[in-house]
Amino acid sequence: MPQTNTVHDVVIVGSGAGGGTVTKVLADLGISVLLLEAGPMLIMSDLKEHMLPYHVPHRGAGAKGEAYTGGRTGFTYSATYGGAQLDGEPYTVAPGSDFSWFRSRILGGRTNHYGRVTLRFADYDFMGKSIDGLGFDWPIRYEDLAPYYDKAENFIGVVGTVEKIRSAPDGIFQTPAALRAHDTLVQRSCAKLGIRAVPARQAVITRATNGRPPCHYCGQCGRGCMTASNYAASYVQIFPAMKTGRVQIIANAMARELVTDASGKVTAVSYIDKTTGSEQQVRCRTVVLAASACESARLLLNSKSSRHPQGLANSSGVVGRYLMDTVGSSLSAHVPALSGMPRYNSDGYGNHVYVPWWGWEKQKALGFPRGYHIEVGGGYGMPNIGSFTGIANRAEGYGTKLKQAIRDEYGTSVGLSGRGEMIPNEQSFCEIDPEVKDRWGIPVLRFHWAWSDHELNQVRHMQETFRAILEGMGGQIATGGGRGGGRGAAAAGASPQAAARPPISRGGAIIHEVGTVRMGNDPKTSPLNKYCQGHEVKNLFVADGAPFVTNPDKNPTHTIIALAWRTADYLAEEMRKGNV
Amino acid sequence: MSEISRRDAVRRLAMAIAATGVVDRAAAQDVHSMTAAAQAASGGSYAPKAFTADQFRTLERLTDLIIPVENGAPGAVAAGAAAWIDMISSENDQLKTIYGNGFTWIDAAMKQRGAASFVSATPEQQTALLDLIAYRRNQSPELSPGIEFFSWVRRMTVDAFYTSEIGIKDIDYRGNRPMGSYPSPEESIAYAVKKAGL
Repeated sequence: MPQTNTVHDVVIVGSGAGGGTVTKVLADLGISVLLLEAGPMLIMSDLKEHMLPYHVPHRGAGAKGEAYTGGRTGFTYSATYGGAQLDGEPYTVAPGSDFSWFRSRILGGRTNHYGRVTLRFADYDFMGKSIDGLGFDWPIRYEDLAPYYDKAENFIGVVGTVEKIRSAPDGIFQTPAALRAHDTLVQRSCAKLGIRAVPARQAVITRATNGRPPCHYCGQCGRGCMTASNYAASYVQIFPAMKTGRVQIIANAMARELVTDASGKVTAVSYIDKTTGSEQQVRCRTVVLAASACESARLLLNSKSSRHPQGLANSSGVVGRYLMDTVGSSLSAHVPALSGMPRYNSDGYGNHVYVPWWGWEKQKALGFPRGYHIEVGGGYGMPNIGSFTGIANRAEGYGTKLKQAIRDEYGTSVGLSGRGEMIPNEQSFCEIDPEVKDRWGIPVLRFHWAWSDHELNQVRHMQETFRAILEGMGGQIATGGGRGGGRGAAAAGASPQAAARPPISRGGAIIHEVGTVRMGNDPKTSPLNKYCQGHEVKNLFVADGAPFVTNPDKNPTHTIIALAWRTADYLAEEMRKGNV
Repeated sequence: MSEISRRDAVRRLAMAIAATGVVDRAAAQDVHSMTAAAQAASGGSYAPKAFTADQFRTLERLTDLIIPVENGAPGAVAAGAAAWIDMISSENDQLKTIYGNGFTWIDAAMKQRGAASFVSATPEQQTALLDLIAYRRNQSPELSPGIEFFSWVRRMTVDAFYTSEIGIKDIDYRGNRPMGSYPSPEESIAYAVKKAGL
């Protein structure tokens, strides 16, 4: 197999929030890294956020009009570079399970287009089991991570306000943008219910930061940002780190397995060069897996040998286990108070307001164990394929009356999306499918998934709360009620079983999958120690969502960055001491 | 950042957007240039790719009825909705079938009502048929295929119109443009808060 003699100090697999952070931190500390990315390099001029629909032939309907007849869309129109269906890269789902696995193949991964919600875990999030007996405790506490949240916020830039709410620890914030009309209605309606809605915490900058100009409020964060005014690992961490001369990147490199020596240490990473289909190896002193929670688990499970029959770093047997996603549920309403309102540009930067969890003190009385926060949608969004399908269907008819109905409803819809904590369970995990392989012959993952009553009861509470907030502003809730939310979410009531089930997202649909290679103090129950270093394989580190022990309601990216930063600091120190 | 350098940054950004617009349009073979090229090649009228000339005239008339000219403001015809639907359908067999069957149905329905075809019928005959098939409440073994077809045409005409330059102006979308700051929309907030009684 082609292999160069160079032994790289650090090989990082994956370039998203975790890999980007490790790259930046190590390069700043004078350590050279080799970064493997399964997709192409990101080219900034390819970002499409300022394109209007009529700038592309399909206007976002997807090649061959797939928006109408099924299949993926958006590749030519946004910066997602990914989806649940990737050519030649299948995965399987066990009978009776429902799971969707979104993967991004591009430098920076999903950070190029994610929602930029940037929330710290609360102190109690690290010790859920000690509080209510469910799930597991983390091997670290808030105080261990707080300095790294600080570093991350200082470097990437986060808007927000100091609120002194226990479920939403304050950070180092830049000044947020003003609330919009629908944000204000949500805030006031919440206040009537005794619930606080506060300025959203987003990885967006409103003043020049580290050479990046402030946000220009085009509202298209989900399509990338050519001025790098929001966070993406590619343009905020990796491109600047490349200027140190200590970062080498191999793009289109799909990692296949980790090669180990007799002592059990990783000596090389084998990968497929996707441009030629050939297998290559790079030698390494240490390796950092940041390929996404499930890809990192897959890589360990596929690194089987006579010495590691269950896969690498997996004597515990828990690699792939305790897979979690965020609990998602949504409800929207037509709000007549917004109809006929003086028109304004409501684009801003995604969320301007959010509702942190308010029920942590009375959790026992609520009938479900853990919290959720609420994200708010609304405004006069850029017209897209499908933007007016709902109203055209309800209004029916044709001609000027139809046009007037569309005009009257534009900008009057307010949507609330709950993002809640799932308790890890034994039924939700990924493993290697015994038969199916991807186009390069790499065995693929098979997913198992089950929500429990904890999550279903939480969703019932979400729906009641959403209804109260929306009705409190005079909102008229559409027939059919709530949706599970997220990509590929199934409609509520699609089957007799589903009818009794509240509208909960499919597993994986919120794209917050974490927890497959967890950290912990006990090598028997956790592959990684409290620094995200392999218990059994000391030169192996994991720096994505895989080390998560639980999945609190806070969107995971901020904690992935903070944990990865801490892991990189630790790795550098261990390297300096000669321990790895 | 000083106000001047900030303004300068916004101006540079606007220039970059303008530049990107040109590059993207060229690279993406914008539908308007494609339409224009096709029109030039056929001596002025768009040459349909998925549909016959008769079918295309039917489609164009339907889009005209769905989003008409309103007080002089251009509608779906000026926005090229039929050409866009034809282009998308030319790459999608499922849509091509839906439209092909729909055109057959609507001409047959018109014949039953005394006209040779949909396009040759009087505007009154055309709207009389639409008044039936534009509403789900009229579902019947006879009308249901027409209702389903019309719902497709309406959906895609609305998409085509409101994603066109004309439609985006018509709906008065003001976003996706660089701003130096994001001011509070105070007048709008006051309106909504008062109307909601909050």
